[in-house]
Amino acid sequence: MMLQEATEALTWTLPHAVAGTMVLSLNAYVLLGGADFGGGVWDLFARGRQQDDQRALVANAIGPIWEANHVWLILVVVLLFTCFPRAFAHLATALHVPITLMLVGIVLRGSAFTFRTYDSKRDAVQRRWGRIFSIASFATPVLLGLCLGAVASGRVPFGAATASMTFTERFIAPWLYSPFAWAVGVQALVLFAFLAAVYLTVEAPEGPLRTLFRRRALQSQAAMTVVALIVLLLARRDAPFLFRGLTSGSVALVMHAVTAFLAISVVVTLLRGHYRLAQIAAAGQASFIVWGWAWSQFPYLLPPDRTITELATGRVMLSLTIWALGIGTAILLPSFVYLFWVFKRGEKAFEATGEG
Amino acid sequence: MNDLLFARSQMAMSLAFHIIFAVVGIGMPALMVIAEWRWLRTRDGVLLELAKRWAKGTAILFAVGAVSGTVLSFELGLLWPTFMEHAGGIIGMPFSLEGFAFFTEAIFLGIYLYGWRRIPPRAHFAAGVVVAISGALSGAFVVCANAWMNSPAGFTLVNGQITDVDPIAAMFNAAAPAQVVHMTLAAFAATGFAVAGVHAFALLRGTPHRAFHRAALQIALLVGVPTALVQPLSGDWSARVVAQQQPVKLAAMEGHMRTGPAGLVIGGWPDEKTLEMRGAIEIPGAISLLLRGDRNASIPGLDAVAEADRPPAGIVHVAFQIMIACGTAMAGLGAWAVLRTLRRRKGKGSALPDDRTFLKAVLLASPLGFIALEAGWTVTEVGRQPWIVQGFMRTSEAVTPMPGLVVSFIGFTALYIGLAITVVFLLWRQIIKTGVTGEATRGLTSEMPVPRLTPRP
Ligand code: HDD
Ligand code: HEM
Ligand code: HEM
Repeated sequence: MMLQEATEALTWTLPHAVAGTMVLSLNAYVLLGGADFGGGVWDLFARGRQQDDQRALVANAIGPIWEANHVWLILVVVLLFTCFPRAFAHLATALHVPITLMLVGIVLRGSAFTFRTYDSKRDAVQRRWGRIFSIASFATPVLLGLCLGAVASGRVPFGAATASMTFTERFIAPWLYSPFAWAVGVQALVLFAFLAAVYLTVEAPEGPLRTLFRRRALQSQAAMTVVALIVLLLARRDAPFLFRGLTSGSVALVMHAVTAFLAISVVVTLLRGHYRLAQIAAAGQASFIVWGWAWSQFPYLLPPDRTITELATGRVMLSLTIWALGIGTAILLPSFVYLFWVFKRGEKAFEATGEG
Repeated sequence: MNDLLFARSQMAMSLAFHIIFAVVGIGMPALMVIAEWRWLRTRDGVLLELAKRWAKGTAILFAVGAVSGTVLSFELGLLWPTFMEHAGGIIGMPFSLEGFAFFTEAIFLGIYLYGWRRIPPRAHFAAGVVVAISGALSGAFVVCANAWMNSPAGFTLVNGQITDVDPIAAMFNAAAPAQVVHMTLAAFAATGFAVAGVHAFALLRGTPHRAFHRAALQIALLVGVPTALVQPLSGDWSARVVAQQQPVKLAAMEGHMRTGPAGLVIGGWPDEKTLEMRGAIEIPGAISLLLRGDRNASIPGLDAVAEADRPPAGIVHVAFQIMIACGTAMAGLGAWAVLRTLRRRKGKGSALPDDRTFLKAVLLASPLGFIALEAGWTVTEVGRQPWIVQGFMRTSEAVTPMPGLVVSFIGFTALYIGLAITVVFLLWRQIIKTGVTGEATRGLTSEMPVPRLTPRP
């Protein structure tokens, strides 16, 4: 009897476990891949006599690991179509246009970055790839946020309702005409730029470069605050559902409080020159924003009325996926730790000489 | 053309593009690792230079593979939402596993590319091995998913409802083993031959770095030749599986129009109205003999199913013949290389890299693997039509309701053509034109050409 109840509880939890993993994976993407995008944004805004140094700093920070950072997004997609295939099919249909544009951005950013690294070091060539890389870095986060915002607004039409809709109503209006979705797009952009700026204060050598990125981090933190308020205001009208989640309940309040505390900590630590601490606080702040959004949307995968449980596929697949995730994590975590460790210890240890 | 056709064309184009980089991502790590292994054994600087050179090329190709693969993951939903809605919950397993294989591959490729001076040589070599293994695994997983479309398993359909889902059975479907083996071999054979061709070209043209290109040619052949020799056997296995699982696809491949004893049809183009082969040479009874051991055994022809259920037989037949022709030529060249090497062991003849005729043959054969690869996939995918999931779901039922797909088709085609041109140009500059810089003798100093910050603490 008790066993049965326990199993049932577990059954109920499986879809939520997968959904939680997806948020976790999105969180990792924001912290790692997002910062790579943000680096591209600062590449776009590099100005003045030091612009080459600024660009080099960004390229150096992104260099070794962008593909690994990028897989977090793929993991989200794969989990979505494996465990919530109906939601995936639905979103890919309704948001066909912005997703396609986002893909173009991903392709251009990734390839232009690599091409710049390997192409001729002549200025004109470097500048051409740099342009593409930085513009794509600017546009892609907006489109990513736009898609997430459209989902959160609950305006993406579902099921039978779509049959009688015009092209615009079905494929365009849910995102193009949604100020809220655009505001979330801008929020994603500012967040990524903010993360990158904070991380770069750690990477930069002491001196003008560090001061510059500290200033930019502070400026983007200010922009974050403004954008967050705008998003909240627009949510009230465009995404009432999300608004309720964001503003009521003690958990929501605690989350806001922690986010605000972390945001202030970033400012304080930056001003005091504790860059590592600022990095940790900024990562925490971004994570709380991601989880805050997830929490206020819970238990719906597709607001306003499609729940996580309802859209989940069969139990077998879910539990196998959880197993695969567990085993995968057991392999990946140490690998990641190794990767970051290798790059932190820098380039001194081993001269690969022909003489051996 | 209608939206369905544009969707199919966009999918075909994206896959045909991605598969090139995917195959390189499977093959090149093996080449790099062998070069590095030999360097660890001999400490011959040329081999280290070679491993680094190859790694640079791989880095460019890997990035394009990663972005084009990302496009594909989304495209499955953007173009075929109904397919994913039903298939996702059945065949998602290999895709999830593939995700982990990518992670591992990307992490260790990062370590491999940027870690030459950061970790001990043995650890570095081990990172390369991990890259090679996870690359091959990711290919194997995704091919399992494709095999499921050819030979669906792991579920039952009751009144249009999918029940009894068994993701493991779906993953290990009847077509999977043969396809995975054939694809993995194809990846090594195609990469091996392509790389061998590049270095054969350098040797033919005359180069001050003969030792470098000889070592490269040797390793590339070491990977390409054995796999090309086994490939026809593996292809025979594939054909037997197809005969069992998708008899109509087999009929289209072989140009076998009417049910009855099947001959080996060489060349020709089928007339799908009259069910005649035009302009073909036929060896009567050969296919019946191969498949059933009896020249007169009856094999289902294209006419075994209604017209609406037949694939476009012409494309499938021609693509199949192209693959066989390439495969035969590659195996022939492989046999030649083996015989020459054996003769050389007995002290007769010249070393392979000094034989200009052989080098010319290698140069000519270098694109064959990739041609066979594209042709083979055309056979598999077009031969499955009109089904997206053989016998269960039609491609036309799976396509997105989104209109105007011509726009995204043209957009992605232009984008990919641009990428392809750039990649070829960069590889040319990076690997060939610059030649060997003599770093090998100086003791290597070249890190990756990442712009470095001037003042570094
Ligand atoms: C280097 C590349 C290469 C070479 C030399 C060959 N093949 Fe191949 N073939 C492929 C690369 C390939 C492929 C592109 O990788 C395919 C597509 C799907 C698959 O699993 O492998 C394929 C598919 C494929 C199929 C269809 C499988 C299916 O639809 O499920 C058959 C029957 C063969 N091959 C048979 C052969 C034979 C008899 C060959 C002997 C000469 C041969 N292939 C050489
Ligand atoms: C293993 C991974 C693969 C998967 C999961 C896959 C999946 C698909 C899907 C869903 C379609 C659209 C529906 C259909 O036409 O049946 C398709 C079509 C197609 N694919 Fe694949 N494919 C794979 C590999 C490849 C590769 C590597 C090629 C390389 C050339 C390829 C060539 C094509 C072609 C030519 C079509 C169009 C067929 C037609 O509509 O006539 N596929 N594939
Ligand atoms: C026969 C077909 C395929 C094979 C053999 C194959 C294999 C590979 C390999 C080896 C890579 C590693 C990257 C590289 O080396 O360039 C890769 C990348 C990728 N592939 Fe494919 N793939 C195939 C089809 C597909 C399909 C149908 C999808 C879509 C679901 C897909 C999704 C991806 C993704 C997302 C990446 C990027 C991973 C990263 O960022 O590292 N692939 N593929």
